[in-house]
Amino acid sequence: MELNARVPDGPIEKKWDRARAEFKLVNPANRRKYTVLMVGTGLAGASAAASLAELGYDVKCFCFQDSPRRAHSIAAQGGINAAKNYANDGDSVWRLFYDTVKGGDYRAREANVHRLAQISVNIIDQCVAQGVPFAREYGGQLANRSFGGTQVSRTFYARGQTGQQLLLGAYQALERQVGGGRVKMFPRTEMLDLVVIDGRARGIVTRNLVTGKVESHVGDAVVLGTGGYGNVFYLSTNAKGSNVTAIWRAYKRGAAMANPCFTQIHPTCIPVSGEHQSKLTLMSESLRNDGRIWVPLKKGDVRKPFEIPEAERDYYLERRYPSFGNLVPRDVASRAAKAVCDEGRGVGPGGLGVYLDFAEAIKRLGEDVVRDKYSNLFEMYERITDENPYRVPMRIFPAVHYTMGGSWVDYNLMSTVPGLFVIGEANFSDHGANRLGASALMQGLADGYFILPYTLGDYLARTKFEKLDATHAEFRKCEAEVAALTKRFLSIRGKRTVDSFHRELGKIMWDQCGMARHDKGLKEALARIPALREEFWKDVAVLGDNEELNQSLEKAGRVADFLEFGELVCLDALERRESCGGHFREEYQTPEGEALRDDANFAHAAAWEFLGPGNKPKRHVEPLTFEHVKPAARSYK
Amino acid sequence: MADAGLRMKLTLHIWRQKRANEPGRMALYEMADVSPDMSFLEMLDVLNERLIAKGEDPVAFDHDCREGICGTCGMVINGIPHGPKRATTACQLHMRSFKDGDEIWIEPWRARAFPVVKDLVVDRSAFDRIIAAGGFITAPTGTAVDGNAIPVSKPVSDRAMDAAACIGCGACVASCPNGSAMLFVAAKVAHLGLLPQGQPERAERVLSMVAQMDEEGFGACTNAGECEAVCPKEIGLENIARMNRDYLKAILSERPASKAGGP
Repeated sequence: MELNARVPDGPIEKKWDRARAEFKLVNPANRRKYTVLMVGTGLAGASAAASLAELGYDVKCFCFQDSPRRAHSIAAQGGINAAKNYANDGDSVWRLFYDTVKGGDYRAREANVHRLAQISVNIIDQCVAQGVPFAREYGGQLANRSFGGTQVSRTFYARGQTGQQLLLGAYQALERQVGGGRVKMFPRTEMLDLVVIDGRARGIVTRNLVTGKVESHVGDAVVLGTGGYGNVFYLSTNAKGSNVTAIWRAYKRGAAMANPCFTQIHPTCIPVSGEHQSKLTLMSESLRNDGRIWVPLKKGDVRKPFEIPEAERDYYLERRYPSFGNLVPRDVASRAAKAVCDEGRGVGPGGLGVYLDFAEAIKRLGEDVVRDKYSNLFEMYERITDENPYRVPMRIFPAVHYTMGGSWVDYNLMSTVPGLFVIGEANFSDHGANRLGASALMQGLADGYFILPYTLGDYLARTKFEKLDATHAEFRKCEAEVAALTKRFLSIRGKRTVDSFHRELGKIMWDQCGMARHDKGLKEALARIPALREEFWKDVAVLGDNEELNQSLEKAGRVADFLEFGELVCLDALERRESCGGHFREEYQTPEGEALRDDANFAHAAAWEFLGPGNKPKRHVEPLTFEHVKPAARSYK
Repeated sequence: MADAGLRMKLTLHIWRQKRANEPGRMALYEMADVSPDMSFLEMLDVLNERLIAKGEDPVAFDHDCREGICGTCGMVINGIPHGPKRATTACQLHMRSFKDGDEIWIEPWRARAFPVVKDLVVDRSAFDRIIAAGGFITAPTGTAVDGNAIPVSKPVSDRAMDAAACIGCGACVASCPNGSAMLFVAAKVAHLGLLPQGQPERAERVLSMVAQMDEEGFGACTNAGECEAVCPKEIGLENIARMNRDYLKAILSERPASKAGGP
């Protein structure tokens, strides 16, 4: 396997222009002869499907949800970054590029990040044109706010539901193409295999989640926009259905998996309330603009928050990082929260929480201003915890939120399987070892609206395709494998539910491969996960039949993949013997407890190649060079 | 947070129906130890874990984000779509809204245009077809002008956002004695029609969406107001009044000749 990033030559500002100038084009009259299979309908998938159909390609689009509008992008709250410099505070494409490379702890590809920063400005224009109701100033201009890891205001938002509004914009553009007959939409349909013929991705095998029917779809290219794999930890802020299945099954067909250990733990989530907990809820990072984070100065202080005088509080982020304060990046804020809880100064049940306090903001701005900015988040907090954050400080704790790793892709977003493209959170590309707030929406839409439509066209124009249909032996073989897997799940009839295995895997992952990792713990996880997987295949209980809506069966397939994938995450974490971004190895830290990178040995992306069941995968390396943003100790002090 | 030790005993009556074309029935389940801090769906998770352990088919229900934003979940709880708490989806409803000894009836959305798929799961694809008919602004990728070249006053933007907050869950339809989708359609018509970007297609949009709504078998609006009362995002009835005005204006002027959904 060769990792050729195919980054264009020339100065970084000109690389994307140069690439576009050199791309081959498909004649408009010929585009309808090409079929593109788009899996996933989040920001990346819906925007790509709509844009490709507008260009004239024949698009088939798949999602496991009942409607493309349900994709988990819908839940993104805080905002989307763009280097518009509307705030006149010194922002620029260069600064967004710099902040993102630094924020990612120097583990992203410079050329990709620069392109992302360039495109960011077009995304806002596109979304406004579609009718996305971004927040406005009284003069009618677009409003901005600031987010973690930056010192400018470049975040555009639609109340606390920016992801929802951006996704509805992309969804409506997609439905317009469905209505016009240029996209055929397949809801409640799950991709269960990738079909590779003569070294090229030529189709997928799906299961209809209502009827159980297994079907083949033939195409000239396959695009995966299937999101992140945070649910390998069971508890995360991801939707319950979010899964790794599409990119994992593509991995087994040759699409290398890059940096799976780069997982983001978000600092501001609502703490766990009990054993029944099914997921965790994020409180947008935008709250850190006005909320102050603190814990009691003394260990085991059980007084109510308002009984603790100012002098006996520790605003630890403001103390440790005076220049960024409460707006340090997510990895830094999460580790700091863990540190104070480990010291026994955490608050709430089990001491697993810190305060996010709005008292000062309410005093300074008035309750109405705070309500206008954050009302839906405050209401959500109250619904879940039964506490009123206008009166008592929120309690928050870090939770798994986003995954920077994913399918390895080149500059053109193509995986190591020609014809298989991976976009949005599902690829590993732009965020390095840590993603800054409000950058996920930016990347998803950049990939879908503005990058893939060009790069995919170039691939199609340069490739000569053999005519084939679903009767091809490879399709038949993949269909048979999918059907056999389903049969196997249904035939075990064991005693343990799918969820109980998922919870146990999640606990191993969180304990040994969560906010802090070390050699011994990772090795322990690598011993326990295969044992759990073995038990799963002996004792899992999946009732019912294939030929019906069978939610246990759906989950079984996803959890079976997580049980394999979790092992790769731990292996990747073990082999990366440094700390960077969200990957914190306890053995590698500075005396102040900050992450200690090893640029001499690990300034690279690690891409894992599948070598067959039971064999250790092979670790390949894409070296990363930093010509423009010189790697330095990442300081937010 | 409730007292950690507190547990409630509940009696559940849940609609069970294996397939669309098979008859369904209410089934009885007893829960002895429900924590008030559980969400409603977590309570159903616990029930399902126990059913599977006993070898019984778990209750199928739609859900995904469990944060009240994706619009996937939806069930009628004691006769009210999404249950008793105002402005709250089923996934965000917590068991502290109930008390020890309560009986709870749980049913799917019931509307002609939303056929049952299984148990509490219904088919809401009619909503997608209504959006496909005209619920968009035609803005092909790459054609946009600078975002600030289209100023939108804050009050107008805020009203558009209020309407755009719709999550497409279908509670409005389930609550309506006529099975009408007027609130869902009106919210989209208002969101796009309020904004300057939405003006060129304003007349065509409302005509196409209403035509598709009728074709899907949704009922008419008789101002019962149930939809507004159950909407988890508190979309207001004034949107329906607004849509009626837009519709009237559009039908009285000449209907545009082109078909919706052009490239």
